[in-house]
Amino acid sequence: MANPWVLFLLVPLVKIVVILGVVILLAAYLSFFERKILAYMQIRIGPNRVGPRGWLQPIADALKLFVKEDILPSRAEKFVYMLGPVLVTAPALVVFSVIPFGTGFKLFGAEVTPYLTDVNIGILFILGVSSVGVYGIILGGWASNNKFSLMGGLRSAAQLVSYEVPMGLSVVTVLLMASSLSLVKIVEAQRNSGVWFVFPGFIAFFIYFVCGVAETNRNPFDLPEAESELVAGFHTEYSGMKFAFYFLAEYANMVVISSIATVLFLGGWLPPFPNWLAGVWAAPVFTWIPTVIWNAGWFLVKMFAFLFVYIWFRGTFPRYRFDQLMALGWKVFIPVSLVNLMAVAFGVLLIGGSR
Amino acid sequence: MNQYIPVLLFAVIAIAFPIVTLAIAKLVSAGRYDPVKLEPYECGNPVTSEARDHRFSVRFYLIAVLFVVFDVETVFLFPWAVMFRKLALFGFVEMLVFLGILVVGYVYAWRRGALQWV
Repeated sequence: MANPWVLFLLVPLVKIVVILGVVILLAAYLSFFERKILAYMQIRIGPNRVGPRGWLQPIADALKLFVKEDILPSRAEKFVYMLGPVLVTAPALVVFSVIPFGTGFKLFGAEVTPYLTDVNIGILFILGVSSVGVYGIILGGWASNNKFSLMGGLRSAAQLVSYEVPMGLSVVTVLLMASSLSLVKIVEAQRNSGVWFVFPGFIAFFIYFVCGVAETNRNPFDLPEAESELVAGFHTEYSGMKFAFYFLAEYANMVVISSIATVLFLGGWLPPFPNWLAGVWAAPVFTWIPTVIWNAGWFLVKMFAFLFVYIWFRGTFPRYRFDQLMALGWKVFIPVSLVNLMAVAFGVLLIGGSR
Repeated sequence: MNQYIPVLLFAVIAIAFPIVTLAIAKLVSAGRYDPVKLEPYECGNPVTSEARDHRFSVRFYLIAVLFVVFDVETVFLFPWAVMFRKLALFGFVEMLVFLGILVVGYVYAWRRGALQWV
């Protein structure tokens, strides 16, 4: 009965559609949460007109952007200009193909995993693919033929490139402890060692998250789109659906960074302190919940905690100056992450090849 | 290799999704164009020059060159980190030497002011 072609193409296709749908909805609703949370931080109410308590606001926004006038500036480099949004959106979505949301379960006798696939070079794949997004930003800024866009694109390229190095170095410290590039194996290593990597790798975790904020061009590192100096930075000329894709990519990237931080440092789908609180998690109230939902639920809780911190940053910190930004990346994060890397390596050496 | 086929499938769909959506949006979106509207935005002033004719700071190139050095080094660290438990002390000393050489270059770049933005 099990036709190999069906299993080979249909199952992944269904998963892809589900993952894409969830990610796009998540990105859309993230913008809503951001507006709401920022509003409450500033003692306002925020969007509350469309739907009950404003819950349909992101859908209204998407519809509005869909029918908005789509401007193609007369001086722009037409093909590259249109390529920009595609180049920035596709990598942000492709990354989700390897992020594990939970453990596998049985469905009609077949093993089903709540993630698309487990690639053995997972984290390298993610770093490689997500770097492609830089091209979308710099090409979009360059092709617009607008001074603000060009400046924003250049700044963003310099910033993304500078922060990629300490980010990579802090990921390497996790690999030292996990001895694998596969994201599923990294989570399993955290289960086996009984400790999330955030505790031994606290400095790496901090550097990773700050670099992640810089990589997504969010406050306080939103230099590429600093509205007080560059109007809207690299997407000044973009309107309508093309702008919507830049917007979507930014929020999808936030979800990506939060998910990777969850997987690498906070034990992915594992409940907190599995070895200490095992008795609590085995209580009837919790065992009643199906394993898939239980695991994915913890994953989402951790991910949303990160996303909340993102928004919190935006509500709290003023923007960096560009020379300060560069100095922080090159003169603080790179030396600190290099020293931290060797310190963690030394620690792993002392504990030895226990596995 | 089988695990990569879904990734490829995902990549095709992820690339097709924005293209198709943009094509549909082109059909349904409003559009009333005139030459002035299609000019690059410059706070309402008439556009006097092409943006790409202007020069920008050489620092951007410098950052790009430095990035190549450091990113290649990071890529080199990946396989080392995965095999670290097997390499043990040998790997540790090896990496200390490698990073030592890198740090010499880093200190040189710092002293020459390559990391100084202004």
